Amino acid sequence: MSALLEISGLDAYYGRAHILQGVGFGMGRGEVLALMGRNGAGKSTTMKAVMGLVPPARGEIRFDGQRIEGREPFEIARIGIGYVPEERRIFSELSVMENLSVGQRPPREGVPHWTPERLFALFPNLGRMRDRPGGAMSGGEQQMLTIARTLMGNPRLVLLDEPSEGLAPVIVEEMAKTILALKGEGLSILLSEQNLHFAGNVADRAAIIEKGIIRFTGTMAELKADEAIRAQYLSV
Amino acid sequence: MFDLILTQTLNGLASASSLFLVASGLSIIFGVTRIVNFAHGSLYMLGAYIGWTLVTWLGPTSGLGFWGGVGLAALLVAIIGVVIEVAILRRIYQAPELFQLLATFGVVLMIQDIALATWGAEDKLGPRAPGFKSFVILFDNRFPTYELLLIAIGPLVLALLWFLFQKTRWGTLVRAATQDREMVAALGVNQRLLFTSVFAFGAGLAGLGGALQLPREAATLHMDLSMISEAFVVVVVGGLGSVTGAYLAAVLIGILHAFGILIFPKITLVLVFLVMAVVLVVKPYGLMGRRPVGAARGTATAEPLLRPADRAAKLAGLVALILLAAAPLVTPDYLLLTLTELVIFALFAASLHFMMGPGGMASFGHAAYFGLGAYGAALAVKWLGAPMEPALIFAPFLAGIAGVVFGWFCVRLSGVYLAMLTLAFAQIAWATAFQWVELTGGDNGILGVWPSHWAVSKTAFYYLALAICAACVVLLRVMVFSPLGYALRAARDNPLRTEAIGIDTMRVQWVAFTIAAFAAGIAGALFAFFKGSVFPTYMAIPRSVDALLMVLLGGVQTVSGPIVGAFAYAGLSEQLMKMTMYWRFTLGLSIVLLVVLFPRGLVGGFLALRERRDRSDKDGAVVTRLATEGAP
Ligand SMILES: Nc1ncnc2c1ncn2[C@@H]1O[C@H](COP(=O)(O)OP(=O)(O)O)[C@@H](O)[C@H]1O
Ligand SMILES: [Mg+2]
Repeated sequence: MSALLEISGLDAYYGRAHILQGVGFGMGRGEVLALMGRNGAGKSTTMKAVMGLVPPARGEIRFDGQRIEGREPFEIARIGIGYVPEERRIFSELSVMENLSVGQRPPREGVPHWTPERLFALFPNLGRMRDRPGGAMSGGEQQMLTIARTLMGNPRLVLLDEPSEGLAPVIVEEMAKTILALKGEGLSILLSEQNLHFAGNVADRAAIIEKGIIRFTGTMAELKADEAIRAQYLSV
Repeated sequence: MFDLILTQTLNGLASASSLFLVASGLSIIFGVTRIVNFAHGSLYMLGAYIGWTLVTWLGPTSGLGFWGGVGLAALLVAIIGVVIEVAILRRIYQAPELFQLLATFGVVLMIQDIALATWGAEDKLGPRAPGFKSFVILFDNRFPTYELLLIAIGPLVLALLWFLFQKTRWGTLVRAATQDREMVAALGVNQRLLFTSVFAFGAGLAGLGGALQLPREAATLHMDLSMISEAFVVVVVGGLGSVTGAYLAAVLIGILHAFGILIFPKITLVLVFLVMAVVLVVKPYGLMGRRPVGAARGTATAEPLLRPADRAAKLAGLVALILLAAAPLVTPDYLLLTLTELVIFALFAASLHFMMGPGGMASFGHAAYFGLGAYGAALAVKWLGAPMEPALIFAPFLAGIAGVVFGWFCVRLSGVYLAMLTLAFAQIAWATAFQWVELTGGDNGILGVWPSHWAVSKTAFYYLALAICAACVVLLRVMVFSPLGYALRAARDNPLRTEAIGIDTMRVQWVAFTIAAFAAGIAGALFAFFKGSVFPTYMAIPRSVDALLMVLLGGVQTVSGPIVGAFAYAGLSEQLMKMTMYWRFTLGLSIVLLVVLFPRGLVGGFLALRERRDRSDKDGAVVTRLATEGAP
């Protein structure tokens, strides 16, 4: 069987700035892949390109064997790719329940079917503030809510953009547990991350991006063993 | 006394209902699509006309005929909304705000002629609503029951809207999209469908408002613009995107009107806009509106740079000037008149461009300063007996002083709010000219504003206008590339950082506003002597829109744009007027097509073409990218 997500030769621009320059990597079903790199390396842009939010100029993106580049974001979401943006983008005027209902899509075969009740079991905090407006929540709670909102679409693959960014250490721990729990449900996750420790705890494999070019792909264990690569592309 | 207050309050409340229906639709559409739909008043007008036809056809005497007709009219207008959205707006969601506005104004023009062709120029007297033809006696005053019904409909619709937005999935999606439409799409919601449905819904509300108005007043061809300017006021006073705010504001405006007519019959119009100005100064985002957070996501079109002219452009400008100067030698008289007008409009457009392009302040009411210049000249001639020369010097100061006063308020706002405030001030200026009959002659205007003896001949006046306008345009150009111009552009692009380096952005914008007003005043003064008369229409909304169209047609990002735009637009409308009775339709259609095909304006489109060609010489690959980027 083919890979779940297969990207090759992907180019993307913001205006005239050539941001992604032939990005390519693949990931399998049920896998957690950490896309790593420094600030501005192109992690978020890669995710937006997959999602159709930044139009890819060249290259191929295959999801489950189907070409998806050039499709509209809503179509890409509907075939089972969920997107959790870096800036969270909670609907601050909407309550927790309403935020979830925006993400709601019909059940999908072969993947877990999420309901608000199941999500509240995963994120107990959210269950206690169902009617609270998204804007009145803490950063950690908002991060949980964005993930829950995306899960309401019953995705096969989730693009998680820097989920640990800006969170307190305790919450980061919780986030790691959540990701592992989702992996346990059979979900595939593409995670962008700068924190090697966090990525090491949750990811099976890693890809390193620098200035819009993929510099490394391999297992997490290989990355941990390769001091030179880490020093060159990850440390500040 | 008490009964008078009561009946006027009821009157105000009754007129608030239709206003609310239209304004809430406008507000909802803006919230989701970020399009200020100038054509919303036209949809209201269509609601009234279609309602009239349907009710007449179904039988105005039966309840089913009347109410069925009203409901069907709303439905049909909603369907018309779908057509407009799918055929036009959908193609321009990524275009700059003002182009969208331009396109919707094109729709206004088209609908005006469609209505004229379908229903004729005569007013259509509305049927009375069966079951609501009688009066109730309130404190010895007869009060029509239909008015009471209308009063009830306002809060009823408000409650319905509340239910729809709070309790249904569609409403939740609309509220979410109002905040972040791109995120909504990324969650799998078909934005197109959502936008179309929102537009249809808003259009339906406007149509309903129009049809419900039938028993109160006749359907006329002027309903569209008078409604849209009031609906703008309501939406801005209430707060963009807030339905409750729209209701409060509609009631406020309705009651203000009702009492204004009683107490200050001369300045009712001024009163409304004055209230709007006060509200905006105290609460810049309206009664119930909030400061937009992170603005509209998903429209990240950066403002292109304003470039200095290269050699070729300078040469082209010089050649154009020489051609214009040589024109009287070869052109017949009537063409010389057209040319004089074009030259004056070019200055008018350039003055608006000065605040819009480098200043980033779009004005919906630039005609105010043009008109004040014209009135300044006319008043100097009429009341001071001044000859042309001192009058020409005096006039722009009137416009400039108005610019100082109005500008002080306007620069405190930005974007759509600033534009609306400029519109409000223009309406004040217009209303003053219209209602202060003793000074201005009101609707009859001021006649006999003739040039001095030496400038009476067509050729002499043409040279006078050309010399003054060319000099002013060059001066404006010089200012764009002076420290003032740079500070202005810095303030437009990054106000916070500009403040941080010690530039008082508001002050810079205020100065620019005043200069633009002054320059428009010069154009207006010339125009007064050119026509020999002035009328309030010089300051009316259509004239402001003319200027906007000229600037946008030419493109905001070059200095030559507005001049090319002025010639293109004025030339086009003049020719169209001669060719066809339905020139508005043709003009509107051309505007819509131009916006859809050249979202950067004529000169901008030309530059883009040139850029593309230059690049293809160097790098074929980049062209493919441009092509994919360019696709919607
Ligand atoms: N909206 C945008 N417009 C222009 N440039 C952008 C935009 N977003 C990101 N960039 C640029 O693209 C590059 C990659 O950014 P991004 O993908 O966000 O990096 P990362 O997520 O790895 O930190 C950076 O140089 C950034 O400055
Ligand atoms: Mg990022």
